[in-house]
This record gives sequence, C-alpha cells and structure tokens, in this order.
Amino acid sequence: MLKDLVTPENANVFVGKLGDILEKAIGKPLGYAINWGRIWSLWPVHIETACCSVEFGAASSPRYDVERFGIIEAFGSLRQCDLVVVQGTITRKMAPRLRLVYDQMPEPKYVIAMGACAITGGLYFDSYNVLPGIDGIIPVDVYVPGCPPRPETLIQGCMLLQEKIKRMKARKFV
Amino acid sequence: MTFKLPPGLALQKVDERIMTLNVGPQHPGSGHMRLIVQIDGDYIVACDPDPGYVHRGEEKMAEYRNYILNIPHLERPVIHDSCNVLYPYVLGAEEILGIEVPERAKYVRVIASELNRCIYIMYWLAIYGIFLGHSTMFMWPAGDRELLIDLMEKMTGARVTHAHFIPGGVRNDLPPNFEDVCLRQVNYFEKRIKEYAAIFYDNPILIARTRDTGVLSRQDAIRYGTTGSVLRASGVDYDLRVKEPYDVYEELDVHTNVMKEGDSYARSKIPWLDMLESCNIIRQALQKMPKSGSVRTKLKPNPKGKGLDSVYKRVESGRGSLGCYIVSDGKVEPYRVKLSVPSFRNLIALPNLLRGEKLGNMPSVYWSLNYWPVEADR
Amino acid sequence: MSTETETPIADDTPEVESPPKPVAKKLEAAPVVVPAFEKSISDKIVEKFGDKVEVGFIKEDRVRINVGRENVHDVAEFIRDGLNYDHVESVSGVDYPQDNEIEVVYHIGSYDDSSLARQILVLATRAQRETNPIPGNDATRLPTLRDVFYSVEFHEREVFEMFGVFFEGHPDNRRLLLPEDWADLPPLRKDFAIKGR
Repeated sequence: MLKDLVTPENANVFVGKLGDILEKAIGKPLGYAINWGRIWSLWPVHIETACCSVEFGAASSPRYDVERFGIIEAFGSLRQCDLVVVQGTITRKMAPRLRLVYDQMPEPKYVIAMGACAITGGLYFDSYNVLPGIDGIIPVDVYVPGCPPRPETLIQGCMLLQEKIKRMKARKFV
Repeated sequence: MTFKLPPGLALQKVDERIMTLNVGPQHPGSGHMRLIVQIDGDYIVACDPDPGYVHRGEEKMAEYRNYILNIPHLERPVIHDSCNVLYPYVLGAEEILGIEVPERAKYVRVIASELNRCIYIMYWLAIYGIFLGHSTMFMWPAGDRELLIDLMEKMTGARVTHAHFIPGGVRNDLPPNFEDVCLRQVNYFEKRIKEYAAIFYDNPILIARTRDTGVLSRQDAIRYGTTGSVLRASGVDYDLRVKEPYDVYEELDVHTNVMKEGDSYARSKIPWLDMLESCNIIRQALQKMPKSGSVRTKLKPNPKGKGLDSVYKRVESGRGSLGCYIVSDGKVEPYRVKLSVPSFRNLIALPNLLRGEKLGNMPSVYWSLNYWPVEADR
Repeated sequence: MSTETETPIADDTPEVESPPKPVAKKLEAAPVVVPAFEKSISDKIVEKFGDKVEVGFIKEDRVRINVGRENVHDVAEFIRDGLNYDHVESVSGVDYPQDNEIEVVYHIGSYDDSSLARQILVLATRAQRETNPIPGNDATRLPTLRDVFYSVEFHEREVFEMFGVFFEGHPDNRRLLLPEDWADLPPLRKDFAIKGR
C-alpha cells in the first residue's frame, strides 16, 4: 500500500511530511538536549583585546576557578570555539581583526562584551581611536559591566549566557 | 558582501625559501600584538613587531582633563601595576602644582607600590608559565597573587584599578589593623614564592628552554636603551629606587638584583628576585612608617600650574623605569602628557633578539622581555 | 549651602599645618642655587658650541638644552662622546601652534656612568609646523638621531605618526601605532580635536 502511495514525483513531499511529524514528536526534547550540550561547552577564543584580560585570567585562577562550571576553558584554535569574550577596548586597528575572528568561527557562536569599554567605550568615550561599543561590529549576547569586571561578575555573565542558550531555539531541529 | 582586507593583513611572498608568518593578534600566546616574522625553515630571519592594537590615545585625552580627572585613565595602561604606572604622573603633578606630601603618605605609597609590583610580577610569571606549557606555574602564582590583591582591596577598595595615588598624597588612610595583616600576609607570601625555585627555576625543562636563548649582551642592552629586568639581567646595575630615590626610598635599604647571563632564563629570574626584595622593602616600610598623621594635603578645586613649566619624573615600575613628561602652560589641564613606558622601550630589543632564534623559542624570548602590550600602545 | 561648602576649601585650612610650610620653603629656595654638577654639564656644552645652543633650565638632576635643527645632530654626538650619555629614554613631541613650531624633546640618560645615573639631559629642538600637513612630504622635518642613539628608533617612528615630523635619514619611517588606514591629521597636534570636546 505504501508503495502505491509513494511515487517518484511525490517522494520528496512524503519524506518532508514524515520529517515534520518526526520533528513534532522528538524536536523539542532533542533541541533541549542539544542546548544542554552547548551550555556546558562554552569555549572562548583566545583573543585578548585590552586590559580586562587580567581579570579574565584571574577568573581561571584557583580562587575563582571558572572551569568548574565547564566553561571558559583556555583554548587554542578558533575553529573549535563557540564563544568570544571581548575583553575590553576595541580600537579601530583591532576592529577588522575581531570581525575576522568572529567570521571564522563555526555556528553557533556567542559573544560576551566584557567591561565598560566593550559596552560603550567606557573611560575612552572621547578617544579618537576607540570604538564606542562593539555592537557595531558583532552581535552581543551578554554585557558584563565593570571597569574591569570582577571575576565573579564574569562568572555571572557566563551563567546568564547559559540561561539564554537554554531558552534559545536549537536551530535546524525545532 | 565583499570584505576588503586592511593592507597590513595581506599575505606576501618574499622568497622561495623564506616564508612570512603573522603571529597574532589572535593567537594562543601573547594577545594583543602582532609579530610579522620571516622564517627560513625553523629559524627566524627577521621580525617586525606591529604594536598598536590597544592604542587608545591616552596622551591626547590627558590634554582635555584636569590634573585630578587624569588619574583614572592614566592608570589603565597596566591595570595590574596601576599604582606604579600612576606614580610618575602624580610626582610630576605635585611638582607643577607645588604640593608637599605628608610623611606618612609617602610610606603608604611605597607599600602600595611594592605590593603592586608583586601583583604584577605574579601575573607575568603565571603567563610565562603557561607560555612554556607549565600549567602548575599558572595556577600557583595566579592563586598566591590573590593574597596581595586582598591586601590592596583592603587598602584601596578595588581589586586592580586603585586610583589611590593623588597629587598630595593618597586617597585614604590605611584601614585599622592593616599593618599586622600586611606583615602576616607578606611573610606567608614570601614563604610561598620561595617554593617556586624548586618547581620552576630549577626545573630542567625550563632551563633547557630558556638558557642561552635570546642572549642580550651588556653593550647591546645599553645601546637599545632597555630597562628594568631586561637591563639588570644583562649585568647593568641600574635601579631607580637606588640610583634616583623618590619619596622615601632613600631611607630604605634596597638591594639591586643583577645577573650577568642576559638570556631568557636570567630575564625570567630577575623579577622573581625582585619580589623577594619587595617583601623586604614592605617590612622595612611598615616598621619605619609614622604610626599616625595625615595622608593627604587638601587640594583646592581645579589646581593650576604656575605658567610654562615642564617636568620629567621617573619611577621604577614592575617592568622598569617609567617616565612621565608633563608640560604645563598655567591652565587647569596639562598642555601635554607623555608617558615613556618600559614596554615600549624594551620592544626595540625584540627584533634583534629573535633574529637567528628558532621559532619555538619565540614565546620564551618574547614574554621574558616583560612586555605588556597595552602599556606599550598607551 | 554652596557657600558653606566652598569656604573651607577656598580658605585652604586642612587639618595639617604642613601646606603653609612648603610655600615658605619654596619662596626661600626660588632665587638660590644652580646645582653645581648640573651647571658643569651645561657649561661643557655651551663651551663647545657657544651661541648655537641655549640653556633652557638647570634644575636638580635635569638640564635642558635648546638647539636649532641644523645643530641637533652635532650636539647629540657631543653628548654621547664627550659627556658619556648613552641612551634616550623618551622622545616627545609638543605642538606649539602659536609659534608655528613643533618641539621634539629627547630625554637622554646614562647607564654606564654612575655619576650621571640621576641625571637626565633634556635636548629640545624645533621643527617648522605646517598648517595643512602632508606627513612625510612637507617642511616639517628634522635630522634623525638614530645613528647617534640607536634607542630612538621606535620613539621617532611614534613622533612621526603622532605629529607628522619626518626624520631625515631614519631607516624605517613607517606607521607604528595608528591603524593602517588612518587618513586624518596626526592626532596629537593641537588642531586635531577629539569628538565631543
């Protein structure tokens, strides 16, 4: 009977419908599982842009030990990363490089703007060489205020990002 | 969308044998700085440092703010050494504005400056460890550093950016019971860092990687005008705390650490010896400090200079001598502020040290120069 | 209310009595003493070059010499060979639009000579300033000191991009800190205004 129903002409439609049914049935739990996986593997690109990198380094020191959350592990290659933590001031010379780094990363990717300089330009609002915030170059998910932010603030920002990912659509499947 | 590469990013082919390699600005090493190296096989033929990724125009901004408003942004170049980077500016502003500093404030400054030097060197040591693949050497200094950060937080209220020094003294007096806590912490800290010798400086792997790499002779160190640990590792006995004592360093007994080798190992050991010396200085200063008294001279609102005047003050920071040239024209804002920073002065040694070196030795040579890119770019 | 808050500050009555003292000290110290050792350094230079140099000031540990641009190279050579100074700590440009000149200041120190360890010799020279600068192609030029003091190399590159002062004979007059596509005025000139100010 199934053989009569499916002809070469409508095979694609049929498969598509089947996919829809499948998606409705398992899409939501699957998406949840995928997001859950993404939450615990937030690996940042190793790109320091200014002085907030000091507090970023302190966040992985033994006292704060941000790696116990499974996030922010110092990592080498940007092709295997899914998080950009913009650590401070982006100057006009750095801006195209930051965009290059962002473009080379695979999807999905998230951005944390760390420090007042990355959010609005901060102390350097009237400098001739500093961008007034990085939202003009790359989309930002979480803003972490402070100049520089304490490591606790950075950890809180990462947890906010985790919350956000949990509620996101896990693309393609849902 | 067509994305046009900036001219500096374009690849270029030099020769059949020689390849041009861009190290940075994104790489798992130094951070915000690019080195354009030309390599022949595994050997570096030429190196062209390309700083400026964090050039924020602080010198221009300083011309638009008055002497007090300049303090927060002038300490940002090296936030983990913020007291020392602010020190020459404050000394210069005091001379221009004609302010005298109370005796107790001078001691508080020396204590804060030495604590900050240790905090800076510990961070530097942590990154040097991870550069050479020694993860324990990241964890230990990064953890022990927090002890001193706690002290500074107690004293100034901020973890790294203190803005504690102002023309005329320091912002706040020491909190009650600070002397005892400081002494205890510093003694413990000294005991801790002495253990680093066993795990790091006597480690055969570190010695194999850093001995005889990037040798800087005494003559060249002077000719390039290097400063701080780079200079002292090459056998030049020069420390501004001894040679041109500012504030109360004259009354303290400061010993200069000098090594003769001039290689990366010597350059990495000198800061560690400096930390032990700093502990001594802090103990002396705590002992000699007047137990009470004012810590700041009150300023008038919008203090001004007395007409066309210029001062050049310098201090010994965690990286070397740091100078500040202030020109005043009698207005509320300084006419020109120039920071002569040690990282920028040491940068000129880098291409000369890397020439003929193996590419794998680059991290150990680069970071042994005690280079902090944000400071060099200002 | 404002008057109440202002008066204590304007009166300058701090809790310590230290501020009045330094004022008195300063007034006494002002007419006095040119430090002898610093005087001897500047005397040597004046003796050698006569009218070509002008002593800017002699303070404790700091001697300032003003030189015209045609003599700066000779004076620098004498400072290195005759006076044992061996490195340049800082090269700063200062823009003086009212004089139509850009001043370049070299702070020269010595590591080798322990008697000069405290000393900084300030060598200042002036270049002509252009109202419409074309960095590298106009009259804002100075002879480089790179062949005298090797350590000025990066400092002079910085002054070139920040003020547009071209150093003749410098082997590597390229851009250093600013973005590669910077097409504006050199930013530390006084006529370059930053946004919002």
